[in-house]
This record gives sequence, C-alpha cells and structure tokens, in this order.
Amino acid sequence: MSDTHAETVSYVRETMLPQQEPPASTVGPLGWAKTNLFSGWFNTVLSVLSGLFILWLAYRLLPWIISPTWQATSLNECREIIGALNKPHGGACWGVISERWKQLMFGFYPPEHYWRPVLSLILLLVALGPLLFRHLVPAKVIYFSMLYPFIAAWLLWGGTIWNPIVAILGFVIIGLSLKFLTSVLNPALALIIGVVLAVIWWVALAGTVAGGLSAVLPIGIEAIASRQFGGFMLSITIGVTAILCSLPIGILLALGRQSDLLLVKAMCVGFIEFIRGVPLITLLFVASVLLNIFLPPGTNFDIILRVIIMVTLFASAYMAEVVRGGLAALPKGQYEGADSLGLDYWQSQRLIIMPQALKISIPGIVSTFIGVFKDTTLVSIISMFDPIGLSNAIRADTAWNGVYWELFIFIGLVFFIFCFSMSRYSMYLERRLQTGHR
Amino acid sequence: MTTLTDPPSESFRLSMLIYDTRYRAITFQIIALICFLLFFGWLISNTAQNLADLGKEPSFGFLMEPAGYDINQRLIDYNNQDSHLRAAFVGLLNTLLVAFLGCVTATVVGVIVGVLRLSNNWLISRLMAVYVEMFRNVPVLMWIVLCMAILIESLPAPRAFRGDDAEASMKLFDTVAITNRGVYIPEPLFSRSLGDIPVGNLFNISIDLIAILIVLAIGFYVSHRIKLKADATQEATGVRPRTWYMRLGVIFVPLAALLVILGFHLGYPELSGFNFSGGTHLRNSLIALWLALSLYTAAFIAENVRAGILAISKGQTEAASALGLRPSITMRLVILPQALRVIIPPLISQYLNLTKNSSLAIAVGYMDITGTLMGITLNQTGRELETVLLGMLIYLAISLAISAVMNFYNSRVKLVER
Repeated sequence: MSDTHAETVSYVRETMLPQQEPPASTVGPLGWAKTNLFSGWFNTVLSVLSGLFILWLAYRLLPWIISPTWQATSLNECREIIGALNKPHGGACWGVISERWKQLMFGFYPPEHYWRPVLSLILLLVALGPLLFRHLVPAKVIYFSMLYPFIAAWLLWGGTIWNPIVAILGFVIIGLSLKFLTSVLNPALALIIGVVLAVIWWVALAGTVAGGLSAVLPIGIEAIASRQFGGFMLSITIGVTAILCSLPIGILLALGRQSDLLLVKAMCVGFIEFIRGVPLITLLFVASVLLNIFLPPGTNFDIILRVIIMVTLFASAYMAEVVRGGLAALPKGQYEGADSLGLDYWQSQRLIIMPQALKISIPGIVSTFIGVFKDTTLVSIISMFDPIGLSNAIRADTAWNGVYWELFIFIGLVFFIFCFSMSRYSMYLERRLQTGHR
Repeated sequence: MTTLTDPPSESFRLSMLIYDTRYRAITFQIIALICFLLFFGWLISNTAQNLADLGKEPSFGFLMEPAGYDINQRLIDYNNQDSHLRAAFVGLLNTLLVAFLGCVTATVVGVIVGVLRLSNNWLISRLMAVYVEMFRNVPVLMWIVLCMAILIESLPAPRAFRGDDAEASMKLFDTVAITNRGVYIPEPLFSRSLGDIPVGNLFNISIDLIAILIVLAIGFYVSHRIKLKADATQEATGVRPRTWYMRLGVIFVPLAALLVILGFHLGYPELSGFNFSGGTHLRNSLIALWLALSLYTAAFIAENVRAGILAISKGQTEAASALGLRPSITMRLVILPQALRVIIPPLISQYLNLTKNSSLAIAVGYMDITGTLMGITLNQTGRELETVLLGMLIYLAISLAISAVMNFYNSRVKLVER
C-alpha cells in the first residue's frame, strides 16, 4: 500500500527545513503591543482612549509641576511669577511647601530641637531592624529595641532622664520576681505578684523617686509640651505606638474570642463588636471629652496619651478579627497535634498555633497597620495639628489662602510612601515565610 | 492479701481550684468576672463623682429642648425651634443618605475597576492599579478635604452666571448649574400631586412617591412572571420566546401613564439675584463627602472583586468554554455567581467602613449625626456623656443593621456544603 502511494508522489523532502522566524507581528515590541494593547476592536478603543487620557494629563500636568515658584512667600507672589512666564494653564505654587514643609513635618515643635524627633526616627529604624529583617540584623539589637520606647518618649517629650529610668525599673521588678519566684511558685502567680509590685512602684513610689533623683542629679533635656507636637511627627508617634501595642492586645482578644471560657469569650466578643461598630471619630471624642470623666477626679493626663489609648483599643479590635481569621484557617490537626505532644495551652499557642496563624494573617495585619496609620489623621477633628489639621491652618493664612493642590499633593505623597512601603514589606515577608511547596 | 487499694476518695481540696483543669476554668472565669465588674464599678463611680463635682445630673431631658441652630442640608422639615432630638434625627437621615449614595456609587465603580484591572489590556490594567494604589494609600480624610477644596476653589461663583456674556454657563442644555455653592439639578414636580401623608409627627411621605414605587414593584413582578413563563416554555419546547419588549413594556408603560396622570414635569434651577433658586440644591459638603467616600471605598471594593474573580479556578472558565459558552456568558453565568460568594463578606465590611467613615462629614461641615448630635448639640448643651454615648449607640445600631441585612443576603448566595 505504501509502495503504490510512494509512486504517486513525485517529490519527497528528505531533509528538515530550518526553523523559520515567527511572524514579525507576534514577537518583539510589535507583537507585545498586539497581544497586550490591540487584541480586538474593544481593547484597541480602550487603549487609544487611555493613551490619549495619559497624554492629556501629562500635557496639562508637567508644565504645571515644573514651575519656578520655590522661592515665593505668598500666593500672590506665585501668581506674579507665573504671570510673568505666560503659561497657558497656570503653574503650581511650590513656595508654600518650601516655606511650610518643616511645619508639616514637626508641627510647632521648637526648631532648635528638631534633632530629637529626627534622632528618634532613626533609632526607630534601628530598633525595628531585628523585628523586620531578622536574618540581616545581629540578634543582640533586640535589647536596644526593648529600651527604645523609653528612649523615644524621653527624646520626644524631654524632661529629666530619671523618668524613663524609673519607668524601666518597674519592668525590672517584674523580670526579677519572675526569675526568683518561679522556683517556689506557679509562674502565673509569680507574674501576677511581679505586676502588682511594679504597679505599686509606678503609682506610689516612682514619681517621688524620680523627683528626688532629679533634684540631686539634674540631668535632662528641655521638656516639650504635647500641644507643640504636630505634623507627620504626631502621626508617626500615634501610629507607631498604636500599631505596636495593638498586635499583642489583638492576639489576646482573638484567643479570648476563640476560648472555651464562656465569660471571657462573651467579654471579648462584646468589646470587639462594640469597637468595630462605632466610628473611630466617636472614640476620639471619648478621648478628648469623656476619658477625664471616667477616671478618678483630678486625673488629667496628656491628650496625646489619651488619643493613643483610644486608637490602640480601636486597632486591637480589628487586629483581633484578623488574627481570629488566621486561627480559623489553621487545620484542626495542628491543635490536636499540639495536644498530643503534651503541650499545655500557652506552650501550644506559642510554639505551634501562633507562628502559623500569624503567618497566614500577615496581609490582614499589615493592612490594619496601614489603616491605623491613615486614621491618625482623624485627630485633626479634635483640633490636634496633624498634617491635615496643619493644612487647614495654612490655608487659613492670608499669604496662602487659596492654595490646596500643592499642599495635598505633598501630604498625600508622604502618606503614600509610608503606606505603600508597608504593603510592599508585607509582600516581601509573605514570600520569605513561604514554606509551602508550590 | 491484696496490694491494690481503692482509688483515693475524691475529696475536694482548695488547691484543686488552681491545679485541676476541671475547676480551673471556673476559677479563672469568676476571677475575670470580678475584675470586670470591679473595673466597671470603678468607672461608674468615677463618672458619678466627676459629674457630681461638675454639678451635672445625667439625663436625656435636653433632647426635648429647642435646638436653636440651623441645618442647611436636610431631608425633612426642620427649623431652629425644633428639638435637639429632631436635629439628631435630621443628622441621622443625612448619615444614611450619604452612606446609601456612597455604597451604590462605590459598588459600581469598584466592580468596574476590579474587572478592568484583570483586563488583558496592559495600559488599562496599569491605569486601574495606579487608581487603586493611589486611593488606598492616602487617608480618606485627605480625599474628603481635597474634594471640598476643589469644589470651593475651582468652580465658578453663582454671580459668574450673570449677564449677557457670562463667564460660566449651565451644563446639559441649561438644566444643571455647577457652582462653588453646590450643584443645582432639576427637581421632579407634580402639577396634580396627591399630597403627603404625615408619619407620626416626624415627617411627611409623598403619596406620589409611594404610587410610583408601587407601580414599579408591580411592573417588576409581572416582568419576572413573564421571564418564568419564558423559562418554562424554553424547558418544554427548546425555543425561547422573545419577551424583552413585553418585559420592558410592563415596567415602563404603566410608569409613564402614572407620571402623565400626576402631571410630572421638571423644575429647573434659575438664576435669581446672586444665587440660584428652584431645582434641587446638592451642597458642596454632600458632594465632596459622597465623591471622596465612593472613590476611596471603590478602590478597596475593586481589590475584593479582583480577589474574588481570581479565586475561581481556571478550570471553571475552561469547562465553560468546552461547553461552548461565549466569554460574556461565561462571566455572567459561571464566574460571577461563584466569585460573588467570595466577594460578599468583604463587601459587607466595606459598606460598614463607608458608613462609619461618613462620620468624617464633620470635617467639611456636612450635618450628619456626628455634626448635629455629637457636634453642635454637645457644644450647646455641654452634655458630653449623653450625646457621645447616644451617638455611639446609633452608629452601633446602623452597623449591626447593615451587617444583619448583608449576612442574610450572604446566607442566600452561600454555597451549601456538606
């Protein structure tokens, strides 16, 4: 059969043809454009329209941005400079940024002390090193991280150096009682005794001791009042503190919500749902007008501290729900495995459950962090001078009355840099902790 | 002789309260309860002491006193002689208005952006990514304040519309006036109106509106019946009858007839003196808040929609195309119904977030419940405790109501598993 067939075919190629280049329209920039921009009439229309939009935006925006108004000291001066240039669509008035950027960063903090917030920010990065990039930073730095909150508070608010030292001593008391009492007592009991001793120290003795020590050895830096705080410094102070405190509280709340203890569970559910059901602004109203009513008569503590407390409570309720999601996503076998190894509740949480649950909830945790940082701007409503509050003040100034794009572009850009880098870090962390074999 | 003895008798010792897991749970709970009650008692006694020192008696009687302030944006009648309670109610309606408008707009924009972000068109998906990142990483308060600033500073004042060679002109065939005092749009008017019915003493509901809603509801119901009938015919014979003209007809013909009977016409805004009169006046504060909240929340909804669509395995799409379904039908009948289950729970929390964020209205002077009850009423009466607590309770109730409704919907579309 094959023979007859062979006879009918006049020519059979005996060598392979060399491979041909793919058609020019499917490779290179042309091919890329064809598949990604012009596949089908609908995509072509979309591409052309959005291309035109981008070109129009660039045409209007670039001349506006490139505007030599950095030296101007008022909006009118800006208008004169731009008017002299004869631009068709006007130009930005960057003078407001060059004149007021320090205020947007530090609020009304005395300029000669600007080194203090800057130094605390740099030290913050050092202190966060062992937490964020564990494999790049020496492990010993963690001791510095523990001391950092006291150093930062002292640098920002100033005052005598004995205040932070006395505060640290309280934690030393807890540590010592844990170390010496655990051999004779139940660890939980030892912890409770330590905390009680520390509270007695902080409430009753610390103030007197610090006062006495500073009278004998007056070492310290100039004290700065809370109402002089402002700008991004205020946002970062509130945001970072609330972020760092909300994670542990949120974890405890999530554990409480998952717990078998009915009363504990009910309290946690009530707290979480209440906080999540009301807007942050109402909690800030509580901080500004109500917290002093709830506390013993005569207590009048710092407004920043009150705001931090409320923002922390707010953030921890959201954090609790994120962590609960992680706990729920963990297969039941992990809990049973931990039990079968004979680990008790806290051991299994610490060694088996939490490392996995927290890893699952990293994206949620970081987006809560970002949300908290963005929400710090709400303090402008209770008349604190965060960047938004300052922008209102600057726009009310006669020299800059009528400026808005430039200010909000600057503020938005700074927030964007912070929040976007947080979200990129979370992606990096997810990749680094990825243990699945996919 | 036996070495075995009876097991030690179960006598209760006090140490078992801590060391025996059976009792430990109870011990801890009682300790927690006592601490909790002590804490609350401490708070309440402090509060009572402080209020007594200030000479204030906690009471809600102030709600019945005349408010004495005006609210410019309102849905129901109100004047400054009405009570604080009515002012709070006006504020509550304003909150609900902006929350409703915002949720609708945010959903529409969010779904479109989310789908477009998955487009295989490189330029479009990048543009959408820029939009999403831009809005998600900047505080919503800044967007609200910025929107307000743009509306006030960049739009023409009403007097720019005056004269023969006016600098500004009305848009959309002289029906809409966009000014720096707000947007004036045509209002629906009825020349043969049926009147209003009062609901309690609170507000009036227009009978015209009720009639229109009833006619619409009947129209949609009949249209749905026609669809069911068409489905049944298709099941039986394999041929689907053409019904779209009937379905549109039963909705729009009675509606048009009703509008003619009621004498429906539009009242256009007109320039009189230095301002516009007539038409519906949407104030800047409402528009700024609505715009900023919608665009901000839409960025989050877009991410939820994208995640929901990506969560549907590619096998579903491939199976649909193996069955010969076109891409648009695959999206509508296969992908979206499944993606919806993933999308709805986060969508609920976005609606809740939008509603709670609407409390930022106070930054642009929109009189919502925060601006009335927790703003001016608080400042005028000095009743911090009562107003803030009442405000919190109202928000809590709104949140719980929204999540109840959406959870009900979620349980309807949820996949029934084993």
